[in-house]
Parts: sequence; structure tokens; C-alpha cells
Amino acid sequence: MITEDDRREIEAAAARVPVRRAAAVEALQVIQKRNGWVSDEDLRAAAGLVGMTVTELDGLASFYSMIFRKPVGRHVILFCDSICCWIQGYEKIVDGLCSRLGIRPGETDREGRFTLLPSPCLGACDHAPAMMVDGDLHGDLTPEGIEAILERYK
Amino acid sequence: MPVEVSRATIFVEGKPFEASATTNLLDACLSLGFDIPYFCWHPALGSAGACRLCAVKKFANEKDARGRIVMSCMEPVVDGLRISIDDPQAREFRASVLEWLMASHPHDCPVCDEGGECHLQDMTVMTGHVYRQYRFKKRTHRSQDLGPFVNHEMNRCIQCYRCTRFYRDYAGGGDLAEFASRDRLFYGRHEDGVLESPFSGNLVEVCPTGVFTDKTFKRHFTRKWDLATAPSVCVHCSLGCNTIPGERYGTLRRIRNRYNSRVNGYFLCDRGRFGYEFVNDAKRIRKARLAGHGSTDGDDETREFLLRRAAEAVAGPHQAIGIGSPRASLEANFALRELVGAGRFYAGVADNEWRLTELALKILRGGPARPASLADVRLSDAVLVLGEDVTNTAPLLDLALRQAARRGPVEAVVKAGTPDWHALAVTDLVQDARGPVFVAATHRTALAAVAEEFLLTPDETARLGFAVARRIAGEASPGDLPPELESAAARIARALQAADRPLVVAGVCGGDPAVLRAAAAAARALSNGKRKAGLFLVFPESNSVGLALLGAGSLKDGIDRVMSGEAGTAIILENDLYRRLPAGAADRFFDKCRSAILLDHVHHATAERAGLVVPAATFAESEGTLVNAEGRAQRFFKVCPPPRGVRESWRWLCDFARAAGRREAAGLRNLDDLILAIAAEFPELAGIREAAPPAGFRIHGSKVPRESQRSSGRTSIHAEADVREGAPPLDLDSPLAFSMEGAPGIPPSPLIPRFWRPGWNSVQSVNKYQAGIGGPLRDGDPGRRLIEPPASTSPGFSVDGPRAETVGAGEGLLFVPVYQIFGSEELSVRAPAVASLIPKPVLLLHPDDAVMLGIGSGDRVELEVQGETLSLPAKITAEMCRGAAGVPVAPSGALGLDLPARGKIRTVRKP
Amino acid sequence: MERPLTQNIRPGEEPLDLKGYEAAGGYRAARKALLSMAPQDVTALVKASGLRGRGGAGFPTGQKWEFLPMGPDAPRPKYLCCNADEMEPGTFKDRLLMEGDPHQLVEALILTAYAVQAEVCYVFVRWAYAKSARLLEKAVAEAVEAGLAGRNILGTGFNLDIRVHSSAGRYMCGEETGLLNALEGRRASPRAKPPFPPVSGLFGKPTLVDNVETLCSVPHIVNNGADWFRRLSLTGEGGTKIYGMSGRVKRPGAWELPLGTRVREILEVHAGGMKEGYAFRALLPGGASTDFQVELDVDLDFTHEPLVGSRLGTGTSIVLDDRTCPVGFVLNIERFMARESCGWCTPCWSGLAWIVKTLEAIEQGQGRPEDLEILDRHVRDLAPGHTFCALAPGAVEPLGSALRLFREDFERHIKEGRCPWK
Ligand SMILES: Cc1cc2nc3c(=O)[nH]c(=O)nc-3n(C[C@H](O)[C@H](O)[C@H](O)COP(=O)(O)O)c2cc1C
Ligand code: SF4
Ligand code: FES
Repeated sequence: MITEDDRREIEAAAARVPVRRAAAVEALQVIQKRNGWVSDEDLRAAAGLVGMTVTELDGLASFYSMIFRKPVGRHVILFCDSICCWIQGYEKIVDGLCSRLGIRPGETDREGRFTLLPSPCLGACDHAPAMMVDGDLHGDLTPEGIEAILERYK
Repeated sequence: MPVEVSRATIFVEGKPFEASATTNLLDACLSLGFDIPYFCWHPALGSAGACRLCAVKKFANEKDARGRIVMSCMEPVVDGLRISIDDPQAREFRASVLEWLMASHPHDCPVCDEGGECHLQDMTVMTGHVYRQYRFKKRTHRSQDLGPFVNHEMNRCIQCYRCTRFYRDYAGGGDLAEFASRDRLFYGRHEDGVLESPFSGNLVEVCPTGVFTDKTFKRHFTRKWDLATAPSVCVHCSLGCNTIPGERYGTLRRIRNRYNSRVNGYFLCDRGRFGYEFVNDAKRIRKARLAGHGSTDGDDETREFLLRRAAEAVAGPHQAIGIGSPRASLEANFALRELVGAGRFYAGVADNEWRLTELALKILRGGPARPASLADVRLSDAVLVLGEDVTNTAPLLDLALRQAARRGPVEAVVKAGTPDWHALAVTDLVQDARGPVFVAATHRTALAAVAEEFLLTPDETARLGFAVARRIAGEASPGDLPPELESAAARIARALQAADRPLVVAGVCGGDPAVLRAAAAAARALSNGKRKAGLFLVFPESNSVGLALLGAGSLKDGIDRVMSGEAGTAIILENDLYRRLPAGAADRFFDKCRSAILLDHVHHATAERAGLVVPAATFAESEGTLVNAEGRAQRFFKVCPPPRGVRESWRWLCDFARAAGRREAAGLRNLDDLILAIAAEFPELAGIREAAPPAGFRIHGSKVPRESQRSSGRTSIHAEADVREGAPPLDLDSPLAFSMEGAPGIPPSPLIPRFWRPGWNSVQSVNKYQAGIGGPLRDGDPGRRLIEPPASTSPGFSVDGPRAETVGAGEGLLFVPVYQIFGSEELSVRAPAVASLIPKPVLLLHPDDAVMLGIGSGDRVELEVQGETLSLPAKITAEMCRGAAGVPVAPSGALGLDLPARGKIRTVRKP
Repeated sequence: MERPLTQNIRPGEEPLDLKGYEAAGGYRAARKALLSMAPQDVTALVKASGLRGRGGAGFPTGQKWEFLPMGPDAPRPKYLCCNADEMEPGTFKDRLLMEGDPHQLVEALILTAYAVQAEVCYVFVRWAYAKSARLLEKAVAEAVEAGLAGRNILGTGFNLDIRVHSSAGRYMCGEETGLLNALEGRRASPRAKPPFPPVSGLFGKPTLVDNVETLCSVPHIVNNGADWFRRLSLTGEGGTKIYGMSGRVKRPGAWELPLGTRVREILEVHAGGMKEGYAFRALLPGGASTDFQVELDVDLDFTHEPLVGSRLGTGTSIVLDDRTCPVGFVLNIERFMARESCGWCTPCWSGLAWIVKTLEAIEQGQGRPEDLEILDRHVRDLAPGHTFCALAPGAVEPLGSALRLFREDFERHIKEGRCPWK
């Protein structure tokens, strides 16, 4: 359920733009920041706030890769699968993550702690391979170093 | 037209051609008769540049031999433009585009409803793509259930964006969008469910492949080439959209759009497209029935029997009256008039409605505002709608008004240099800007999305209209409006006055004469020397105007004649009097009437009461002329002969007249006889002769075939019964033939039975029938306008309206009609798909009124109006005006009541 | 060597705050321009400096500014959009500038907005750059507080509302018109051009879209003049450039160097040469949507790159070494491009998907001889002008050049039915 704070934040965003729909992405981000993902129920509430129909907003949300329309774990791991990380062997890192968490990319582990997702280039090519956990960038990854990083996210 | 057409010379393959300089290259080349394949471009939707199929080579100048590939839909026509369509590189690229589009296409043509009239198939052939190199897995989708009208099969999608561009950008629908991205684009709804737009059926024709197909058609599917088709006119409202019904084995299979640039253009509403199944209704009247004697069968005996009974009734000692019909053709109504005599011919329409119809007609005749066509509406740049819920009474007018709402902003953009056809750029520039559209109605209408809406009682609406008119005319306001409406009136007047092509819309369905007068006054005030305001008046039914032009007497007078015993027989044409009179009044009428003869095709309460029921043909099995709200006479033709024992109403009536020995009817043996007789008797209707060529018309000695040329031949059609080739039925009433033999090529526009050209099997082939893309059909659009008011201002309506005329003044609560696109119209509700969407009837009440009346939401209330008692649940909503309650015009609603009217209300029980 | 853009940047340290930035000479240009120059003078200066866009397309910056309607009759409001989307694989230069010296960008925005008289400025920041967004927001707040942004800047009556917008993620948001759609709450598919954003941009109003690095040069041009700026470069194209290099080099990174620095110098001096045991084979000089080149002795700038069949692009190179499979390399890039296609035009959404499947087949040893012709045809068919925007043509630049330069490698995959590098 969308909270009063969310509503206020979305309202503020909508008040700053010439047409309410221009606050649509921000509205989705507000919801996702709190909830981790955007449920159908929240989507409906947000649609009303930004003057769009649910279908319109859903179409918009589904275009963007960083709006999650399915539940995610407490922490989201985005591993870079683009060229520089590929050259530096990101696949080994992903294999390590997968076996450590017992999931494949796109899935959430059983405890609901981590969701593992591929991501385009994170702009950390000078520290490839890289990944991002909840917005923290981790570069120069090695299969051995992964465990220590994951430990930081409970 | 607002845009002046300037010309340019363009060079195609080195040869010069004249083209319009205000359009794009694709449009120009198609207009010149060249074939360039395309998908995303649509003449009504403009260019999007998405599919990249329309690629041609453009050369910088005469010396440039290399050239570069451009998208013809995105290229403005300029003088001296040099292009090649045939260029090998352009061809190769177009072939690649097709191959890309086909990469994930399921190639399921044999089981696809679009097969045989598929734009994708046509373009595949045109670009020469025959061998598939793509060898990988195709992307797949899960399709959605979009309700009873439109079938969804996303796997066939080629991502051309036409569906959403029509549904959302053109028709304003909010529940269809693009989802996801790249090659996984999905066009659908947030979740399964009925498409909300009343124009959803157009997706079927807009989609170039089989993603969106006609679900009603699916249940009795037939390939396009196995359908018999004929030019027809929609019978489900007063707009007279041109249609192409398709028939096979005696069942009507579907309705398609028949292009008419002045009327419907490329689109139909869902009532018109999906309402056709009443023709196939199992309960339809197919046999003659004599009360107490059961039904009779067998062609000839039935006919003889009926003729005898009818002759007795008419010629007998009890005088006969005729009750005409606003949904029957001019010819049928006229034949009835001939049968009973002009003085005993009455309109089969509720009294208030009839008064309003005559008033509306008088207004249209009086000018100086011109009766607007739908094309005029689409180009209007400021609109005032008074008291008519057009979405529900004349649906396609809603679609036209949505275009008018964008017109002003679009023109500003065009003036600043961005061409009209450049849909993307225009959309980006126009953003959400809307031109002035004002709606005054008793309840929130769908147009509120593009208009400023005022929720007012009919009386307030009339006052607002007069106030606007007075301001435009420079007269002082009568000061009978609250301040906020007073300032609204000033705003509306300013906006209308500032417009180049202002339009006023009102209608008969709203039910208030003062509102009509106010609309007339506003339109009249707006029409000055150089500016002609448009006036669009909505009428209730497909031939309301035609019936009024025939000058019938009012139903009340006819009924009085029977009730007083002066007349004993009533011949009722295609009409259910229980929709025209309160049930009690209708009952009393039938109790009194010695002999009631009904000619109709649908079964209803009147059929239950009639002593003799004569099976009449539907629009699909007869021909005739209808006059639409614009005053345009349009001819429809039968797609198939009437079923056994059934005949056209006009034919029955002419035969009855002859059997009864009426001299006037002696010469009336076919449709053309009737048309000539009508033209002779009513000079105003003389134009109907030109609505379509007469039955004797031939092209090089041949008729126009209703069936398409196909090598399977005519014989195989009834192969399940008989492989021998039977003689096709004759059609003596029209220049159309019930077979595939006949003149090939393009017939005169009123006779176009289907759109098809070699290589163009889909609806896109309409391009080949137009004088220029999006313009009139080659020899002019079908139909003849009958009402051309005098250009000069004639004394008629002052800007002051006699307020006393407002109906329903007096004691009690005012009940106003609330029309429904699905439910209010008599014929379409018999189509199962339409019937499934009729909303539950509720009484609409404003919260303030509800408090005053002590009614809570959901309470069941009883209304007493015009001697009838209605029981409905109440719905309390701010979407209703204060001071009136809205009663649905629908089954178990206000049908038969003559609203607006005052009455009583009480709560029966709280749920 | 002068390094104006990165002079304040100390790796590993917090960026300068307003006071620090001003102490280092910051906001001098803003004061100078707003208090003593007419807007058109700023534009003229930038035009004279020869500055060209650093976002990939290299359009002359001053000329683009001139397209915006000026004067009292110009539509209002006008918008400035700073393109900080930076989703081009292999590119991380704008992040360096935003994280290292946010006030430099804020000053640049004020100057640019003043030049074109824009009232509202959006900084469109990629989602992964949350830190940049945070630092920028702080810098903007400080500037507003100090009267350098917001209402009535420096008492001149000029107003500028600077907003930081975080992208919801899509490479297409970096395409300038996709960016506008994204800001309007629409899908980030591109818009038709013409009309170009300076005429019809955000909300249908005149809009200037410029890259972070491009804009960051502006304060220095205003401070030091056009001639100074031209002289910064080695080849007369004006300014410095943040060059980057990644792949199997000793010291991957980004460095501000004179525009026109030789590729060899970047590789051997700044990136420290190839890693032990790896040899140089080729590089993409300006991000993932430029052509491969094997030449090292070429000036990395706008005019010299095309001579070796590539282009400057974003100026951040990705190196292909001798132990990396070129087919796999290109496949990775095309996968990115196909995934990021907006789905508007057929050649891109369908063509790129087909390219990816074909490359996958080749890479997995399932390739067929005719696959190379299919790929060749796609390279031809996805040329500029054939598609709606520049994503697809950019996407086939590495593919086309790889097919040319490494054809034997492709053929070996097909002939041997396996990837020889595995
Ligand atoms: C698919 C695509 C992605 C792009 N991404 C970016 C980007 O992330 N940042 C950027 O500055 N320019 C990007 N561009 C280039 C922009 O369209 C535009 O040319 C640039 O922002 C103009 O700024 P400049 O003149 O300062 O370089 C991209 C272009 C395309 C076609
Ligand atoms: S090239 Fe076409 S599909 Fe690809 S990103 Fe551009 S517009 Fe979208
Ligand atoms: S019709 Fe021109 S690009 Fe689709």
C-alpha cells in the first residue's frame, strides 16, 4: 500500500512539472525506494496521482529496466555483463554468485535476501568486473572476494 | 479545407509527376497510383517512420546517381524532388524490412482470420519475400481476453504501433498501450478485460495483420473472398456511417467500414460494427403470423394470404392509419403513406421527440449555419455541445469531436512549419494542448476528457446557450444565470468567436426544445458574412430525418384517431410502439385497435399485440434510402436476398396497396418507381435520385458483382447441398448482381461493394479508390445532401428563447434520459456481443439531491413518471447535475417514456 | 600540460564544496558572463572556441546553441538538458567529472542556460550514478543558497531552476530525444528530427541537450577565451578530452589530455601498455558504437579518426587483445544493443535480435557459411538513415568492422564448429 509519505513525495514531484505525467517515473521510483518493487496495487494508486491510466503507467514502467514489477529480495545485486566486464571474465563472478546463492540470474534466493540481475555497463570499466549491490559499486571483483562483499548485506 | 493545396512537380524514375506539396512522398506516390509498401503510416493517423518499409531512393539532383535511402512517409513533397521506387538498393532494403517483420511471425495464415485480406500478406508479396532465412526460435507472447468484440493474438504482431496510435492518440482510449521494448513489445491492457473505447472495433481494420480480429466474425468465420458484400449504411444511429456487410449462406457475418470522406472516413463505432447480429437472431420474425392462427409458411400462399388480409384491413369499413418508422427507409415509409393515404400517415415516434425532430429540421432548413458533416466536425476549431451525450447517441460524432479538440493546436503547429501529416512531430509540439470544446450536459460524458464540461439541467443548458448566443450577437445577457455560468458564457462566446470554423452541437435525444433553440441561436449568431458556423443536430435514429421530411402527422393524432373509434386498423411499419408510448398507453391502444398489422423483422412487445405480423427484411436484405443527421440521403443495398417468406417492407406495402386497389400505387413496382414517386411528391427529396445509380445502370452492359472473383467459382459455394450450378437469384431493384460475374474494376462510388485491387487484398486497397489519399472517393463520396439552407440570414429564431417551452416544468423531480451506446438502441441490443455489455440500469442522482430526497447509494427506488412505475437501484454520483435524476434509456429503464419529464420518486427498500 | 576539466579532481577525496570551488577560481566565469556579457556573446565565444559535442556525435556546440530562438518572442520556458546518462559500454568519463567536481558542472549549467536564456535545467543522470546525483544535488543547493542559481541570480533578474532527474534505466534515454520523452513520462523512444530539440524539445518548447563533458568546458572558455581553448588541443579542434581506456591494459582509467592525443600514447603511456602476456589486436576508440581500428598511430580526434575508418565517439576506448575472441567481443556488444533497442523501428528491434542469434550460433559452433552474408547484409541495412535513430547504426559499427578486420576468425568458428578461444 502506498504510504502518506509516498503520496506527499509524488505530489511534490507532480507539482514541479508542467504536466503530471512527467512525474510518472519519479512516482514509480518513490514507491520502489520504499518497497523494493512496484506492485499492481501501488501502480494503480500511482496512476491516479500522475493523471495516467493504469495501462499507460504499466506500459511506461515495463519499458524501463530499473523499475521492478516483480518482488525482489532485500538486496538487489546487479552484475555488469557488458563488454569490459566480459573481457575481464564476469561470467566467473556470476557463476560464483549463482552457486553461493543457489539461484540463477533473474531469481531471488530462498530467504528473500538477494535478487540477482544482469545489468548493462555500470560505468566502472576501469574496475571490471564490477557489480552493484543496493546502489553500492563494487569493482575489481574476484570469485574469492564475493563472500566478503555479500556478508555486508544481511 | 484549411490548408491550401499547392502543387509540386516530382520526378519518379526520372519522369515528372504533379503532386500536392502539402503532403508526404508516400501519400503522393500512392495518390499517383504507384505501389510503395508500408505499415505504420495510416492516412488518418499520419506518419510515424517506425516500420521503415516505405523506403525509396532520393537523389540530390539530376546528376546524383548514388542517392540515399529515405522513408517516403517522412519525406515532405517539394518541387523538383527526385526519387526512385524501383532502385535495387531500395528494393533490397524493403525486402529486408519484410524479412525482419516476418522473423517472429507465426506464419499461421491458414488458421488466421486475417488471411486473404491481410496487409502483411500483401506487403510480403509486394516486396518479394518468399524464402525465410531466419532459422532461430521465434519470440512468443501470451495474448489477452479483450472482451466480446476484439480478439487478440499477439504472436502475429509486427510492432508497427498502429493500434496504440489509433486507440490512444486518435480515439483517446486509455486502456491500450505498448509494454516492454525491443523485439518483445506487447500491445495490450494492464490486465485482461473488455476494451473500454467504443471505437475498439477499428483495431480490426487498423491492425495490418491478425493481432486484432473481429471476435463476432470468428464464430461464423468465412474468408473475405467467400463473402457476398454490398454497399450499405449503418442503421444504429442517425449518422449514417457507410458500411460493408458481409454475408454467406444466409447469415450476416460481419460489418466493415465503407470509406466516405464526408461521413465516417476510415472508422466505425462498436455499436455499428458489432450490432449486426440482430439479423441472425433466432427470435427474429421470419414467418407471417396471424393471431389465433399461428404462423404460416410457404412463399406464395403466405404472400397471397397476407395480401388478402391487408387489403381487407385497408379497404374495409374501418379506416386504417399508418404508423411509420424512423428506422425504416424513405421508400418503406413512403409506401406506407401511399397505402393509407397522406392524411392518415403518422410518425411512429414519441410526441416530444417528434416535436423536437420537426423543430430541429426547421432549424437546419432555416440556416444560415450549415448542417455540418462529420468531416466538417473533424475540422472545427471550437465547439459548443449543448445537452447531447453524443458518445452514446451518435458515437462516431464523439470521435470526430476528439479530432476537433486537437484542431486548433495542430493548425498552430502547421502554421509554424511542421506539416500536418508528420504525426510524431505534431504530437510532440501539441503535447496536451486542446482547442476550445465546451459541453453542457445533465451528466458527465466521455467528452469530458477533451472538453470543459458543465453539468446542468436542460433548462440551465438552454439558458447558458442563449447567454452565449446573446454575447456573440453583442446583446446584453438576460442575467438569469448564476455568476459562474455567466462568466463561462463569456468565455465560451469568446472562444467560438475567435474560431475560423466554430461548431455548435445539440440534439433531439437530449429532449429539450429550448436547448435546441439555444443551439440554433448560438450558431446563427456565429454566422456572419464570411464565417459560416457549423451546426450539428443529432437525431435519434437512422432515418429520423427522412421520416420527418416525409411530413408525417404526430403519433398522438394517429392514436387519437383509433382511440376515438374513427379508425380501426393500424398498419405499423418496423416499429415497437412500446418504445414510443408508456406501456399502459400502448396497451390501451392495442385493446382499442380492431386490427393491428405489423411489418418488422425483430420480435418485440408490439409483435405480441399485433393481429397480423408480416415478416420484413432487415437492412441486409433490402435496399432503400436513409437520410442522416446531416441531411444526407444515402442508399443501402441488400447483401443477400431476403430469407424465404420475408420481403422488403416497401415491397409488401406496395403490393398491399395494389391489392387494396389504391390507384396511386399501381405504378410502384420496384425501388426506382418509389424513388421517382418520392422525388415527384417532395421536391426537397428530389436529390435522393442521385444518391445512387438506378437499377438499370450497367458498366459495359454488366452489373456490379456482390461476390469477388475467385477461381473456386460460384458452384462450390453451395456444394454441401448441390454441386450443380444454380442460377443466381435475380436482383431487379439494383445494379448489383448476386454472383461473381459482372463488371470488374471500380464502380461508381455508391455501388462499391468491397475494397479490393490486384495486390491489395486488405482494407488498405481503399487508397486505390480515392481521388487523393484521404480525400473523396474517385467520383465523389456517396450520398446527396438534401438540406442546404439559404446563405443569407433569414428572420427566424431570435436569440431569446421562450423559456416556458422547456419541458417538464412543474411539480416533482425532473427525470432526464441517460443514453447508453450499448442498450439504448433497439436493434443492436439483440446482438449477443453488444447485449453482454449493457450496463445494469441505475438511477443517477447528485449527492445533494440524494440527501434532500433521503436516498442512499444502492437504495432501490421507485419512480412514477407518465403513469408508469419503474424500479431501479440508485447511484449517487457527482457526475450527475443537481436538480435532475438520470434514467437509463435501456431495457428495464426509460424505454417508452418520453423524457425529460417530471415525476415522483420514493425509496422502496434499503439493501 | 593544462587540465582545466580535472584540475580540481583529487582521486579518493571528496570533491570541493562551494567555498573550495570558489577559492579555486570557481564561479568566476558565471559572474563574468552574467554581470558583463550579453547571452549571445557567450554563445559567440563558445562558437569561436571550436568546441564540439563530447556525447558521441561531435556536433559543433556553439552552432547548436544558435538554433535556439532568442528574444522576447521566443517561446517560453526554454529548457536546458544536461545529458549525464552515460550508458555507452566502456564509457565512464562523465561520472568522473560529476563525482570529482560537481560545482564545475553547475557553473557550466548556469552559463549555458544564460547563453540560451533557459529557465529550467534538467540534469538527466543515469540510475547507476546515484553518487553523482547526490553530489550534484548538494552542489545545486549550495549554489542556490549563494545566489548563484535559482531566482534572480546575482541580482541580474535571470532565473534558473536546476533539477536532477534519475533515469529509470535504458540506453535509449541517452539519445537526446529519447531523453526528452523520458523526462516527459513517456517511453524513451526517439522523436522525429526535424524538428530538432532547439525548436521543439521538452514539453514542445525549445530545448538544448548537451553532454556533461561538453558543458564542463564552457566555464573555462569564458574565463580564458576562445583562442586559449583552441590552443589546448594538439590538432586545433579545441580543448582537452577525457580519454579513457579499458580492457586488458595495465592501468585502465580515464585521463584528461589535449584533444588529438595519439592513440599509441594513450595506450602505452597513460594506460601503461598491454597486460603481461597479452598483445594488442584492435580497439574501439570511442565506446561500443564505434568501428574497430588496428592503427595506433592516429590522432584521436574528430578529423583524424575517420581516416582510419572509425570515429572519436565518446573518446573512451575498449581494447581487444589477442587472447579474447573477437566474435565473443562483438556478440557481447550486440547483445547489449539488442537488449536496449527501444522497439520503435524494425531494422533495430528485429535486425539486432537476428544479429545476436546469428553471432550466438557462430560462437557456439552452430554457424553456417551463409551466416556471414546475413551479417554483412545487416551491416548494410542498418546504416544511418535506414533506422529511426542512431542506436542501430552505431550498433553495427563494431560488427561491420569486425567482419572486415577479423573475417578469418568468424570463418574459423564456422569451419571448426567451435570457438577457437575456448
Ligand atoms: C543510443 C544513443 C545513446 C546516447 N547516449 C548518450 C549519453 O549517454 N550521453 C550523451 O551525452 N550523449 C549520448 N548520446 C548522444 C546524444 O544523442 C546527443 O548527441 C548528445 O547528448 C549531444 O550532446 P553534445 O553535443 O554535447 O555531445 C547518445 C546517442 C544515441 C543514439
Ligand atoms: S534505431 Fe530504431 S528501434 Fe533502435 S533505438 Fe533507434 S528508434 Fe529505437
Ligand atoms: S510507412 Fe513509412 S516508415 Fe512505416
